[in-house]
Amino acid sequence: MHFAFSDQQLEFRDAVRQVLAKECTTDDLRAAVDAPSARTPRWATLAELGVVGLTVPEAHGGFGLGLVDLVALVEEAGRVALPEPLVETTGLAAPLLAELAADGSDGEADPRVTGWLGGIAKGGVAAAVGDAGRPTAPIAGADGADLLLLVTDVSGRLELHGLDAGACPVTPVASLDPTRRLGAPAWEPSPATLLAYGPRVDAMVDRTADRAAVVVGAELLGLADAMITMTASYARDRQQFGKPIGSFQAVKHLVAGAQVLLEFARPVVYGAAWALDERAPDATRAASVAKAYASEAALEAARVALQVHGAIGYTWECDLHLFLKRSWALAESWGSAGDHRARLLSSLLDGR
Amino acid sequence: MDRPMDLHYSDAQEAFRAEARAWLAGHAPAPRSLPSLDTADGFEAHRAWEAEMYADRWSVVSWPEAFGGRGVGIIEWLVFEEEYWRAQAPLRVSQNGVFLLAPTMFEFGTDAQKARFLPPMASAAEIWCQGWSEPDAGSDLAGIRSRARRSDAEGGWVLSGQKTWASRGAFAEWCFGLFRTDPEAERHRGLTYFLIDMATPGVTVRPIPQIDGETGFAELFFEDVFVADDLVLGQVGHGWNVAMATAGSERGLSLRSPARYSRAADRLVDLYADRLAVDPARAARSADAVARAWMDAEAYRLNTLWTATRVLDGGSVGPEASANKIHWSETDLAIHRAALDLLGPEAELHGDGVDAPWLDGYLFALAGPIYAGTNEIQRNVVAERMLGLPRG
Repeated sequence: MHFAFSDQQLEFRDAVRQVLAKECTTDDLRAAVDAPSARTPRWATLAELGVVGLTVPEAHGGFGLGLVDLVALVEEAGRVALPEPLVETTGLAAPLLAELAADGSDGEADPRVTGWLGGIAKGGVAAAVGDAGRPTAPIAGADGADLLLLVTDVSGRLELHGLDAGACPVTPVASLDPTRRLGAPAWEPSPATLLAYGPRVDAMVDRTADRAAVVVGAELLGLADAMITMTASYARDRQQFGKPIGSFQAVKHLVAGAQVLLEFARPVVYGAAWALDERAPDATRAASVAKAYASEAALEAARVALQVHGAIGYTWECDLHLFLKRSWALAESWGSAGDHRARLLSSLLDGR
Repeated sequence: MDRPMDLHYSDAQEAFRAEARAWLAGHAPAPRSLPSLDTADGFEAHRAWEAEMYADRWSVVSWPEAFGGRGVGIIEWLVFEEEYWRAQAPLRVSQNGVFLLAPTMFEFGTDAQKARFLPPMASAAEIWCQGWSEPDAGSDLAGIRSRARRSDAEGGWVLSGQKTWASRGAFAEWCFGLFRTDPEAERHRGLTYFLIDMATPGVTVRPIPQIDGETGFAELFFEDVFVADDLVLGQVGHGWNVAMATAGSERGLSLRSPARYSRAADRLVDLYADRLAVDPARAARSADAVARAWMDAEAYRLNTLWTATRVLDGGSVGPEASANKIHWSETDLAIHRAALDLLGPEAELHGDGVDAPWLDGYLFALAGPIYAGTNEIQRNVVAERMLGLPRG
């Protein structure tokens, strides 16, 4: 039992934090909101650092690391509301493609799959992955993605398809947070795009949903931390009745409540990442606890941040809304807190 | 060595678990078979159980062997607690001593104090109560007025004043109390931490019936109570620091082990499954609350392992203990509130011949956000010490 990140993981995390603090300021975020793009110089920097290829197997040019390594970095991405699709590409697509590549035991790995993996590791491929549980919902990152990984149900059998950019038209779908780059692909499954089918796809789809819950949860941790930090800072500076508003208990207790939720959401997300890496028997439950807790923590941090900022927080000028909007979107994606509580309870009842 | 994250218990820890489980299976009383520890009979029955544990070195596993423990680490203690709650063994009548005073005594006590007090604390031959709060000093603990006057002639201190809400105070043999030794000093200074024999002349105990009618706590009156110098814990005038170490244990890792809540949350899911069969529509309305409460217990378990690892790696627990106290107290309430909602009209049934574990548990849980420093005080600590907000 040693429930902590390794020193190496912490060093890498700190290095990434420093880079992002410089390269993803709120001015940069505003520029991304005006003109979102998957492949920015910042994305190239993250690829050079090895962040984008973190979960790509070493044989395909990546680092072959797991979710425990990744969540520490995605939390940093959340802290700056990174606009690029790190969660979609490194958190979802790469591990899924890695499973496909490892799966070709009866022959050579699919060259399309190895090509995409290599592309991700170099920073040349930004991916989007459909939520099989919501097949008609717009897909985050699909607008402008180089690769779409989509799941479809063909007469009761799940199929996994991979489409290069340009293989199908993607209609952009507006989001309150434009950096989400939602898109609705107009596609038909074809033999040319088919990657895998059958029970192994069922398992891959389940694991992808679990990974999404945990990695999105990690991004929510970073967002919550950023909003609480911003709010504490504002509460120290803003004066009313002749003193900082942060000296009033009504304000203190709001911010403290959000901080307590965040404190407890962290180990839950980290523990779920470990459970998924280990393929522990309770990994799916752990993923649900992680997403539910991280969503609640971020939503509460958002609520408190806006309330404590007051009217200034309601303006376009104040940076807070950049973090609020991402939090609101992510809290509902890959299962809301309530969805995951329902999923957990079913699982607990099944186990009886 | 750079250790990777690992949430598996080691083989040795699992072996320790098996040994604890086997012992408890052979010795623990049937669940809820002892009378309430807040009654005279129940107090003695619980004391006897703890003596039985002590005889086989299970009452204080994390203490050094010299004081009756097994010298195991914090993870093993958590494993033991999992087994203890799994066996539904009795509540610990010695908890104020074992979980609160003992960690403070290990840090601040003299060798003579440790040798004198720890073994009978572990065997429950001496039960401790806490003498901190006063009628006019609750959340504002530094406002206490009970005094200790110096008596050089006798080589000690003469205590006077009134303490209240002393859990186990009705039956305890000893009290750890905070008294003002320097009336001139500023609030947090000039306090001293005393170990007081409740049989000393001048100590009067007035039991206070609690919300459930049992005398779980008491008022303590001190009229010229002599306490010798060797019963001062830590330095004279430094009582606040010593008390904050105790408060850290009370809010942090040692008072409430996660197994307590994990076990209750599992029972809640059992109850939900039972009620689903009886009245599915009503049960379904509680589904979200049940899942939420289970998650709260699971989050507490993980947070405890996270914190325990940090402590084992040489870190400390600071204001996070306040966040911890808010979480466990609210988790306990959430679990029991969800259970009462599931029970519906049956929830109120209580009294002779009715076994009402959920209602009893709810009444107990209601005290959680109040004792050990109210949750409002804890939120102040979180805001000021974790987030740097200014003092009011």
